[in-house]
Amino acid sequence: MNEDLRIIWRNFFNWVMGNGARPENEEIIPEAPPDLPFTQKQESRNSRFHELTLRERYSHWLEIHGLHLFSNVYSGMSVLICVVIVLLLLVTVAELPKFGSENNPANNEVMERYINSGGEETGAKNIVSGMILDYRAFDTFGESALLFTAAVSVLMLLAVSRRDSKNSPERLHKFSQDDSILRGVALLSIPVIVLLGCVVILNGHLKPGGGFSGGAILSAALIFAANAYGFGSVHKFFSERKFVIMISSALMIYALLNAWSFFTGANDFEAYISKGAIGNIFSAGLILPLNICLSLIVAGILYGFYALFSEEEI
Amino acid sequence: MSVNIFAYNIPFISIFLMMLAAIITPILPNRKRIPEKLSCAVVFVNVILSAYLIYVLTNSGGSLTFNFAMGNFPAPWGNELRAGPLEAILSFAFCVSMLLSLMGNSDSTAEDIPEKRRVIFCVLVNLLTASLLALTYTNDIFTAYVFIEINTIAACAIVAVKESPESIRAALRYMIMSSVGSGLLLIAICLLYDLTGHLSMQNMNLVIKNLIANREYIMPLTVALALATIGLAIKSALYPFASWLPDAHGNSTNVSSAILSGLVLKGHIFLLIKIFVRVFGLEAIHDLRMDNIIFALGIIAMIMGSVNALSQVNVKRMIAWSSVAQVGYIFLGIGLNTNAGIAAACLHIIVHATVKPMLYAAVSGLSSAAGHSKSLHALMGTFYVNRWAGLGLIAGAFSMMGIPAFAGFASKLSLMLASFDSPVMIFSLAALVTSSVLNALYYVPAVIVVLTHDKTKPKVHMNVSMIYKISMGIFIALTIYLGLFCVTLLRLLTRGVIVLG
Amino acid sequence: MFAKLVVNHYEAAAVIIFGIGLSNLLLQRNLIKKIIGLNIMNTSVYLFLAAKGYISGRAAPLLIQDAAGNWINDASVYVNPVPSGLVLTGIVVSLSVTAFALALTLRLYESYATLNIDEALLKMTREQEALEENLLQESDEDVLL
Repeated sequence: MNEDLRIIWRNFFNWVMGNGARPENEEIIPEAPPDLPFTQKQESRNSRFHELTLRERYSHWLEIHGLHLFSNVYSGMSVLICVVIVLLLLVTVAELPKFGSENNPANNEVMERYINSGGEETGAKNIVSGMILDYRAFDTFGESALLFTAAVSVLMLLAVSRRDSKNSPERLHKFSQDDSILRGVALLSIPVIVLLGCVVILNGHLKPGGGFSGGAILSAALIFAANAYGFGSVHKFFSERKFVIMISSALMIYALLNAWSFFTGANDFEAYISKGAIGNIFSAGLILPLNICLSLIVAGILYGFYALFSEEEI
Repeated sequence: MSVNIFAYNIPFISIFLMMLAAIITPILPNRKRIPEKLSCAVVFVNVILSAYLIYVLTNSGGSLTFNFAMGNFPAPWGNELRAGPLEAILSFAFCVSMLLSLMGNSDSTAEDIPEKRRVIFCVLVNLLTASLLALTYTNDIFTAYVFIEINTIAACAIVAVKESPESIRAALRYMIMSSVGSGLLLIAICLLYDLTGHLSMQNMNLVIKNLIANREYIMPLTVALALATIGLAIKSALYPFASWLPDAHGNSTNVSSAILSGLVLKGHIFLLIKIFVRVFGLEAIHDLRMDNIIFALGIIAMIMGSVNALSQVNVKRMIAWSSVAQVGYIFLGIGLNTNAGIAAACLHIIVHATVKPMLYAAVSGLSSAAGHSKSLHALMGTFYVNRWAGLGLIAGAFSMMGIPAFAGFASKLSLMLASFDSPVMIFSLAALVTSSVLNALYYVPAVIVVLTHDKTKPKVHMNVSMIYKISMGIFIALTIYLGLFCVTLLRLLTRGVIVLG
Repeated sequence: MFAKLVVNHYEAAAVIIFGIGLSNLLLQRNLIKKIIGLNIMNTSVYLFLAAKGYISGRAAPLLIQDAAGNWINDASVYVNPVPSGLVLTGIVVSLSVTAFALALTLRLYESYATLNIDEALLKMTREQEALEENLLQESDEDVLL
């Protein structure tokens, strides 16, 4: 009995520390040919597998199955986390204030002042415009700075580096050179789109709209032009340097206007900005110039994104 | 308003100065390293401005705060900035750390980043600093969200600035993890807005105090707090959510690693502190049981970060995992849920924001002496090639281990003292001791390797640039200063935390 | 609880969509699908906010004139304008994040010819191993020479 235990222990010890006896019926899988694509590459057992220590065997196993195991555990955990978060949020939503009721905590003095005196204090007929460009202008400034950050980062990733190392694969997408239908439609519709964009921008303080939506419409016109007439024609009046200078200077004017209103407002200085009569185009103080700057920033950046993603350069 | 008009405008001036510098950099001519000089100059101006602000606020008794309305409208209606001792000290620490990381790593930056990209790198650094300052000073939770996003995109882009496939992969992973974090934070902010009707922090606090006193909406408040905490914990690399950090740090250029672990993580942690102290208030946090969770996660992070660091051969990855452990210390301090604990956590933020960039700068100096190898064994004997970097590594390692007279000792001691009157004292003491021992287990071998003469290698001579020596000297001086004279600083921080609430 | 969920059905739907987006963001292997998940998640928050701003029976927050031509600025006529502003900001945030993430994805695809992060990691380690083996072989040859 004692002897048996000792043999078992020795076998176990050898198994853990290596130099174990080779199992008799183990078949040795030949090594896979090395030129298989990497997803199909099968790891084979080393022929001296039985000589490895437990630790080596573990790391060997981990090498083969580790990523797979990790991704399985990760998926399981993610499903669990998502289900828990959704259930928690559902329970929370059930306890939230009632939908559409006027006694909700959110309908308080903040919202009342925006509506009651928003017209006089900002001069804007569109209360949301007045709110985001005057009461909470710092948020909106942060937002345009965020757009600028993204534009600069995408420019870095897609333009600046790739021009140095031209190893990017060929694009499948090619523009046909003479599509007369597209050009005809573009000739008719681009002026209309630009006009619509200008109306949306200039009426930002009166009607729904403003710098962001107007800028998006203008960039649509630019993208349309680039597609119909080729990027070369847009390049003639919109090179990369001009693109950067336009965005930077529009953002600079925007930041300086904002800084002026913040500085004078916080220190109770005279700001020399008249609010005008509600409902006129020239009213609402700084909101109209801010909207124009914003639209230039947004139009430039959105067109820049399109050009960078499809053509590798602006 | 009892501060003078110049000091009153400093938060606004420093944020807009950084922003304007970022906006004007792409237009500037890209010659003679003008963009980098501009960035350094503007950050230096900000260092002086925030030092002046600290001076003004401490001379008024250290309990003075003021609100700065961004525009014509005060808090519940308009956006506001708020400055107190805590904000002033932290923005000073962030600016100093940013300036020194830029200066100390300027050689490796010039090597790693091609000339054309350096302009954009400078724009991103300026935007990152501006967003950190805005995060520090803001008094409005939605503004904080917008600037967190600027911070995230700029930080990911800074990781990807090094032109290599690994850094792109690391940046993408970082981006995905922080998008999850932002999503959770955003829905938490929406829930809080729905419950309180405010976005300004002190108005939220008033309403939340009422709600908790009347035991209304307890469940939604808990869920909102938990989601905001998890979101910010993912972004500040608290242990179970920290898998992105070593990748992002190990594969980026040195200055990015220094900025990332010295500053970006700290900005998010400070926002979490603001949410705890200023939006909810410490009693509410205790009522909603969030302090214990944070405390436990902090302890796990302290141990697991160090354990993972033990098995790294790449020095940068080792230091990155040590950042995870240090984030654990900070969360431990927040989890104590007392003013002293949070002040100690803030002290640790400052200490770590000084020591970690120093370690990265030291490693960049040492590894360029060892032929740009990042593995620990290659660094053998490099102390004798670049003594300033070697001294920096030793000072940093001593500080991480908590040797007296170095910065880490001061913050660990204050964490210990803060935990004495807490019911979980025994756990925090045990965790602090274990984690210090674990820190020693991987920092001491690094120091020994660097100090060992390598007989096989030929003697190398290396010219260490003046700017590197200066910044390393300031780093070491700051480490020792924080280690020896932290009592005044800690007192100021405690007062700052008290007036923050 | 179910009855309350029916009252708050917009928010409940928003929350469920949020969960769908989050699980896409975490679970999808393909990066483009991950980014679509991110967008779904952000959009659900806008639905949540829009539902929170709504007050039944009230007008959009654009000042209207009464019969005599005076601007009506009574808070009980309009819905809450704050969530609309937050949604506007949120849209720009998610646009920027999406553009940046897509640019990173494009670069990853150019480097590794895959849209799967894990596969990219695997390829990278394989390449490194191959590189190290080559180096080893070269040094062996050096020794032999």
